[in-house]
Amino acid sequence: MENSVLIRTHDLDKIYSLGLTDLKALDRITLSVARGEFVGFVGPSGSGKTTLLNIIGSLDVPTSGSAEVLGRRIESLSHKESAGLRNRHIGFIFQTFNLLPVYTVYENVEFPLLLQGMESSRRKQLVGDALEWVGLADRADSRPAQLSGGQSQRVAIARAIVKQPEIVLADEPTANLDAANSHHIMKTMAQLNEDLKTTFIFATHDEKVIGYLKRKITLVDGKIAKDETVEKTTAG
Amino acid sequence: MLIPKLALRNILSAGLRTWLSVLALSFSFVAIIFLQGVYDGLNDQVERATVEAQYGGGQYWQKAYDPYDPLSLEDAHAPIPPQLQELTAGGGAAPILIRTATIYPQGRFRSILLKGIDPDQKVLSVPSTALRSLENVIPGLIGSRMAKSAGLKKGDVVTVQWRDVHGTFDARDVTIAEVFRTNVQDVDNDQIWIPLERLQAFTRMENQATIVVLKKDVLPVTDPPGWEFKDSGFLLRDLRSLVKMKSVQGSVMYLLLLFLAMLAIFDTQVLSIWRRRKEMGTLMALGMTRTQVIELFTMEGALHGVLAALVAAIYGIPLLAYAAGRGFDLPIATDNFGFAIGEKLFPAYSPALVAGTTLLVCIVTTIVSYLPTRKIADLKPADALRGRLS
Repeated sequence: MENSVLIRTHDLDKIYSLGLTDLKALDRITLSVARGEFVGFVGPSGSGKTTLLNIIGSLDVPTSGSAEVLGRRIESLSHKESAGLRNRHIGFIFQTFNLLPVYTVYENVEFPLLLQGMESSRRKQLVGDALEWVGLADRADSRPAQLSGGQSQRVAIARAIVKQPEIVLADEPTANLDAANSHHIMKTMAQLNEDLKTTFIFATHDEKVIGYLKRKITLVDGKIAKDETVEKTTAG
Repeated sequence: MLIPKLALRNILSAGLRTWLSVLALSFSFVAIIFLQGVYDGLNDQVERATVEAQYGGGQYWQKAYDPYDPLSLEDAHAPIPPQLQELTAGGGAAPILIRTATIYPQGRFRSILLKGIDPDQKVLSVPSTALRSLENVIPGLIGSRMAKSAGLKKGDVVTVQWRDVHGTFDARDVTIAEVFRTNVQDVDNDQIWIPLERLQAFTRMENQATIVVLKKDVLPVTDPPGWEFKDSGFLLRDLRSLVKMKSVQGSVMYLLLLFLAMLAIFDTQVLSIWRRRKEMGTLMALGMTRTQVIELFTMEGALHGVLAALVAAIYGIPLLAYAAGRGFDLPIATDNFGFAIGEKLFPAYSPALVAGTTLLVCIVTTIVSYLPTRKIADLKPADALRGRLS
C-alpha cells in the first residue's frame, strides 16, 4: 500500500506576504494521495485549494513543511527539474482551459509531447488516441476560438492525458461550463481514472464535481477540516 | 529546433499584429539601406568626379608646391623631368603650370590662378580641346562658377596680368573660348585655363610645370629629383574626411530610424509579454523551462527582423534598384557642400551594405526582443497562471 502513495505532504505551510501583513494560505497540511485516486480539495473561495494544487503540481513552493510528489521533494527541485516533472508526470486542467490560441486542437494536444522530444509518428498516435478519448477526433484542425466551452475543456483534458501522466490536477474544471457539459467532462475524467488508473486531483467548490469524487478533502482557512472517502458516487 | 519552429508558428498565427510590426520594421530596413546607399553613392560620385577632373591617377608635385599656400606658387615650377615627358608624350600624363595672376573683369580687380594645360591632353575631364579653337587670340577656359562670379561669358575678353620667371609684370587679353560645367569646384573657382605652351612662353618657363597629373591606372615612375609623387589616397584624404563628416551627419537619421524601429519592437515585446503572461504560465505548466520561454519570446521578436528583411526585399529591391538606376535631382544648394556632387545623385547599394544592414538590424532586434523577456526569469508559474507578472 505504501508503494502506491504518489503524493505526500507534511506540515505544509504557505504564507503570502501582502505588504505589511501576511496571509497564511495553507496551515500545516498533512495528507497523502495514492495512485488511482479520484480526489478533490473542496471548500469555499480562499480556503487554499488552488494553492495546494499548485504546490503539488510544482507550480509553487511551500513556505515551510514538505511536499513529496512521485518521490521528489517539491521544495528542493530546481526550475528545470520541476519543469521536467510537470512535463512528464503531471497533467493540468484549468478553469479557463488555457489552450494556446494560435494552435489547432491537434497542436495544443501535441504540445507536451513536442517538449518531450518525442518522435513524430509516436506523437501522432498518442494525440489521435487522446482526441478519440475525449470525442474530438473530428475537430483536430479547429482553433480554440471555434470551440464551445465544453469542447475546449475536453481539448484541455486530452492535452493533460496525452503524455499518460501519473497525476492529473484539475483546478475548477467545470467553473465555466453549463451543467450538461460539466457532467460530460466529469464522466470523461472518471472513465479515464477507471481505465488508465490515472490519479485525478480536483480543486473545486462545484457540487457537480463533488458528486463524482471518491475522496473529498475539505479545506477551511488553509486547514484540512475533513478528509472523507465517498462510498458511492452520485454521478449523473 | 523546437523553439524556432514554435516561434515561427506563433508569430505567423498572430496574423495582422505580426504583419503590421513586420511592415513597420521593413520600412526602416529600406529607409536605412536607402540612406546609406545615398551616402555611399555620394562618396563614389564625389571621388570619381574629383579623380576624373583633378587628381587623375595621382600627381607629381614640384617640391615647392603647396596647394594650401598660394605664395609657394612663386617658386613651384621646374622643368618637366624626362621620364614624365615620356609619359606625357604617350598620353599617360598631363603637365600643368600654375601661376598666380590678376584679372580685371569690368574694371574690377580679382586674384586668380592661371593654369596652363595641353589642349590635347586626355588625362583630365577638363574640356581643354576648347583651347585649340582660337588662332589669333589667347583662348581661355573657365568653369561656370568662375563665369558667374566674375560676370564673364563665352566670347568675352578679359585682361590678365601675371609675373614671369624674373618677376616682371606682363599682361594680355584672354578671350573666353568656353565656359564648362563641372562638379569639381577646384578646377573651376577663381581660375582660368589657357594653353600650356602659351603660359610657359609668357612666363619664360619653357617646358616647365608645377604639377604633372598621371592618367588613371598609369603606374607612377620613381620620383624624379625635385618632384614628389602624391597618390590618390593622399590627394583624396581631405575629401574623404569631408564626405565622412557629411555621412556622420546622415547617420543621425540612420540611428533615428533604427531607434524608432527598435522602439516598436521593444513595445511589441513588452505588450506581448504583458498580454500573454497567462500563456507563459500555461507553457510552464506544460513543462517548458523559464529559459525555454525566454528563448521562445526572444526568438519571436527576432523573427520579426527576419520576416521584415524578407518583406523589405520584396518591395525594397525593385525600389532601390530603380533609385540607383535613375538617380534623383539634387537642389542647387548642394553646391555649397564643398565637394563635387553632380546634378543627379545615384545611390550605390553594395551587397556588403545590404548584408551588413540586415545583419545589424537582426542583431539589434534580437537584443531588443531579449531585454523585456528577462522579466520572465523572475516569473513564478503560479503567478503567471493567475495573470500576474512579478
